[in-house]
Order: sequence, then structure tokens, then C-alpha cells
Amino acid sequence: MRRKRFFAIAVSLTCAGWPLTALSEGANGQMLAQACVGCHGASWDGQGAITDLRGYDRDSFLRVWEEFRTDERPATIMNRITRGYTEAEVAALADFFASLD
Amino acid sequence: MNNRYSRRQFGSLITASAATLAMPRVLRAQTEGRLLVIGGGFGGATAARFAKMTYPDVSVTLVEPHSSFVTCPYGNLILGGKKQLSNITHSYDGLRARGVNVIHDRAREIDAEGHRVTLDGGDVLEYDKLILSPGIGLRWNAIEGYDEAASEIFPHAWWGGDGSQITNLRAQLEALPEGGVVGLSIPDNPFRCPPGPYERISMIAHHLKQANPTAKILAFDSKEGFSKQGLFEDAWAELYGDMIEWIPASQDGRIMRVDPENKLFISEFGEEHRVDVGNVIPPQYAASIARDAGLTNESGWVPVDQHTFEAEAARDIHVIGDANIAAPMPKSGYIANSTAKTAVKAALAEITGRPAWEDPVYFNTCYSHAGADYAVSVAAIFRPTAEGFEATPDSGGISPRGPLSELSRNRRLESRYADAWYESITNDMFS
Ligand SMILES: Cc1cc2nc3c(=O)[nH]c(=O)nc-3n(C[C@H](O)[C@H](O)[C@H](O)COP(=O)(O)OP(=O)(O)OC[C@H]3O[C@@H](n4cnc5c(N)ncnc54)[C@H](O)[C@@H]3O)c2cc1C
Ligand code: HEC
Repeated sequence: MRRKRFFAIAVSLTCAGWPLTALSEGANGQMLAQACVGCHGASWDGQGAITDLRGYDRDSFLRVWEEFRTDERPATIMNRITRGYTEAEVAALADFFASLD
Repeated sequence: MNNRYSRRQFGSLITASAATLAMPRVLRAQTEGRLLVIGGGFGGATAARFAKMTYPDVSVTLVEPHSSFVTCPYGNLILGGKKQLSNITHSYDGLRARGVNVIHDRAREIDAEGHRVTLDGGDVLEYDKLILSPGIGLRWNAIEGYDEAASEIFPHAWWGGDGSQITNLRAQLEALPEGGVVGLSIPDNPFRCPPGPYERISMIAHHLKQANPTAKILAFDSKEGFSKQGLFEDAWAELYGDMIEWIPASQDGRIMRVDPENKLFISEFGEEHRVDVGNVIPPQYAASIARDAGLTNESGWVPVDQHTFEAEAARDIHVIGDANIAAPMPKSGYIANSTAKTAVKAALAEITGRPAWEDPVYFNTCYSHAGADYAVSVAAIFRPTAEGFEATPDSGGISPRGPLSELSRNRRLESRYADAWYESITNDMFS
């Protein structure tokens, strides 16, 4: 039952498919990334069992994000979170994390 | 922790902001301003830290009566025997080290016109912009007989304060007679932390299951349903058998009066319930400083602009956290943290010449512990719209439901991630 529903979502999102070259169109990556500090470390530097996001490769970030969104990547919560952002916002996040060292 | 990283991060924030600013130095010096923050909790501590890190030239003063901050989040784990008070108590030294001027006093009066705040100690502070995050006030006597004195016998433990409320409740649970009754009274919406009472029920049950397995928990609710209800009810059935009885308003769950001396809860239909330990979570409104300043409407909460959090009733006062009206966003620590940053950027845009966040996104996650190695969560992404705050469609939501045999790994992982959340967000306030 659950599987079937996820399958339907996956199909519809893949059709809407994001190109990996998505542009941030002025979305504010640094402010959007403030939402992540509540789990990924106050400087995005990782916290306990949750990963460091600094220096995340841009293309990998976009791919991993899309996999969470479509339930192709195991997740407890990132699947629910990734569905809440626009393409431009995700691109801005990808740019921002890639720029951190 | 991780000072090395935060210093590095701090450096890169400054570089980034200098680059995007590209403003002549003279202008920057002229635009220095004074930001005053009242309340050093989830909204206020976040705002002060973020302001100082993002706008090093702005002077930031934080007023908070307590010399350290006891969080409500993870307080329920003290009841469950999983945490001690010291684990949820935070020092303001980190903020001081970053250059925030921390004053331990209570703000008594706000002169919005004159841009001045008078403290209990008599000092008067001037500001250009004020961020107000004073949290909640408890409506004493809204439940007849429930006043401050009664809260010594029937603790609310619904604010951190000096930690005495939560330790009082814990001590009473430890002293509960064998097979005794724990009663909770839970208010109608809106109130601080919608899933909080149900996490509390779970953590009390977790303690009793080991220490006093024949005890009972009666949860009297003024509502018909609650946050993450299915997930909590699954957990209660799986972990605690019939220890917990939840009584909705329609089944006479509304407690109208308490008699602490005789340890009685009296319901809407006049039923008297004897409890050995009572936890009364009373109806709430914005903390007194917001009400006294005339910022609240008839609901007792503060109407604010959805992009800037400026109070509708006063210029240059931005009200964040539980005190404002932001439904359907919950009154949560995460929302206070998330909105604090938007409010700071909006407040300081004018005086620093740096843009506000034009298209803000507000973020919430609340983890709740239902047992040992067992947590569930709710997440939501909100945006301001013409109709008010709105949850972004087809996103967020609660942890999956299903038999524990299939989900035990998920529940265990979420309990670990919840611990990471607590560390991470409190570092974003105090480190
Ligand atoms: C049991 C429980 C569990 C919770 N669990 C979670 C959770 O897991 N996740 C989550 O996101 N949220 C949780 N919350 C909710 C969270 O605690 C609140 O939403 C959050 O504290 C709101 O932040 P705030 O800044 O509005 O208020 P607070 O954090 O309460 O801070 C307000 C501060 O203002 C100070 N103050 C008040 N009046 C004045 C004055 N006149 N002058 C100066 N200072 C003043 C107070 O002393 C206080 O320190 C929980 C709440 C409870 C009760
Ligand atoms: C409520 C806690 C929480 C928040 C907030 C959060 N994350 Fe995550 N993140 C997790 C968890 C937990 C995982 C592990 C996967 C899972 O269980 O969902 C994860 C995994 C990830 C990963 C995969 C890392 C890897 O290489 O495996 C990325 C990328 C990521 N998050 C990005 C973000 C971004 C960007 C934000 C902010 C917009 C964010 N997260 C906000 C908890 C969170």
C-alpha cells in the first residue's frame, strides 16, 4: 500500500524532472540553509548521527536531494523535508553548501 | 563544541557578507545601530547570536532574568529518567564571548514611541530595533483554583524558568504510591508545543513501567484530537499496555476546577477525580511584557507581519516565538529559531542597508520521544502568503505508521536524530 503510493509520487516527480543544472534565480541559499542548522550542526558541520554538509559537491547534492524527494534513498525525515522546496531554492542550497569549506 | 569549525565558519560568513555588501566603509560605520532583544530563550538567544554573527557592527543587547536557560524541550526526558537538569541547562557565556551584551534583569516596561525599555532594576535601555521573544504567560485561575501557589502542588512544568517545576514533577513521580494515579490536564489550542503533553505522557509511562508498573495515567484533554495522535496511540499500545487512558473533551475530559489540597481534578460535568500526582498544563497567552505593552489583541497573542514579524500595534518591535500569532505554524522552539533570523534581517535592513529576506521560508520539526529508543517526528515548511502563513503543499508530515516489527529501526534512528537536533539547535542558540 505505502509502496504503491510512493511509486506514484516517484513517477510524477521524475516526469517533472529537475535538470542537474538548475539555477538558483536569486533564492537566498544562506538563509534557506538556516533551516538545516537545527539538525546538521550549528555551522552545518555535522552533529552526532547527522552529516556534515560543508563542501558538499553541487551535483551530488542535487542528485541526493532528488533521491530523497522520490523515496529512492532511505530516509527517516529528509524525504518529507525535500518535498517542501522549489527547484530554484534547491539550486541555491546546493551552491551554498558547495561554497563552504 | 567544535570551536575550530565555528570560528572558521564565522570568518567565512564575514567574508561572504563583505562581498555581497560591497558598500563603502563610511556608510557602514554610519549604519551601526542598536538591537535590543528581550527574552533569552529559543527566539531571543537565536536572534542575538545570529544578529551578532551576521552584523558584527550592530550592537546587540539581550535582556533575560535567568542567569542560565532551562529548555522545555528534553524536559520530558527528565520525567522519563533519561536526562538530568544539568543536561538541559545552558549558559549565556557563549553569547557573551561573541560580543552580545547580556543583562540579567527583567524588562518591565516598553516605551514604543520613545524606543526605550525600563528594566526591573531601574536601568533604561534605548534601542533602534527591538526583538521581543518573551514566550508564554499562564492564565492563572482560568482553571478555577489553579494559581501560582497551586502550581507548587500540581506543577505545570510548561516553562523552563529556574528548573524547579520540572524537578518538582519528577520528584512527585518518584514518590508516587504503588499503583497510584497520575492526572494530567491538557489545554485547548493554541498552546505551546502541540505534541508536548503527549510526549510527556509517554515519558511518564516510560518511568512508571519500570518503577511502578501498576500505576495509571489519566490524561484529561480539552480537545478532541491532538498532534501526531495516531503515532502516539500506536506507541502507547505497543509499549505501555493499558497504563494510559486519554479522555477527550466529549468524554468529559475538560478540567474546570482543581482542589490541590485534596488532590482533586473536577471536570466539566462535575466529576471529581482523585489523583496522587497532578500535572496541570493551563491555558496560555503571550507573556505579560507583550500584553502590558499593548501588543496583543483580544486573543491574548500578538498579531505580526508575516514577512518581518513586526507587531501590528507598534513600529520597530518584532515579536517572535510563542508570543505571536502564526497559525498554522506551531508554537515550537524550531519555529522560534527559524523566524528569529527572518525577523533580525527585516529589523536590521533599514539601519544596515543590507536587504531583508524577501521570500522567507519558515521551518519546523518536532521530535517526540515515546519510549526508550523510540521517537517520532513531524516536519513542515511554511511560507507567508496573502492568506497568512501556509504549509507548503505535499511536503512535511509525520513519521510513517505501521507495526513496530517493521518500524523499530526507524523509531530508533529518529530517537538518535532527536538527540542530534537538541544539541544542534541549542548550539545555534548558545555556542
Ligand atoms: C514540555 C515541552 C517540550 C517541548 N519540546 C519541544 C521540542 O521538542 N521541539 C520544539 O521545537 N519545541 C518544543 N517545545 C516548545 C518550545 O519550548 C517553545 O516553543 C519555545 O521555548 C518558544 O521560544 P520563545 O523564545 O518564544 O520562548 P522561551 O524559549 O520560553 O523564551 C522566553 C524567555 O523570555 C524571558 N522573559 C519573559 N519575560 C521577560 C521579560 N519581561 N524581560 C526579559 N525576559 C523575559 C523568559 O525568562 C524566557 O527565558 C516544548 C515545550 C514544552 C513545554
Ligand atoms: C530535523 C532534522 C533535519 C533537518 C532540519 C535537516 N536534515 Fe538533512 N538529514 C537529516 C537526517 C536524519 C538525515 C539522514 C537521512 C534521513 O534519515 O532522513 C539527513 C540527510 C541529509 C543529506 C544526505 C547526506 C548524505 O550524504 O548522506 C543531505 C544532503 C541533507 N540532509 C541536507 C539537508 C539540508 C540542505 C537541510 C536544510 C534545508 C536539511 N538537510 C535539514 C536530518 C535533518
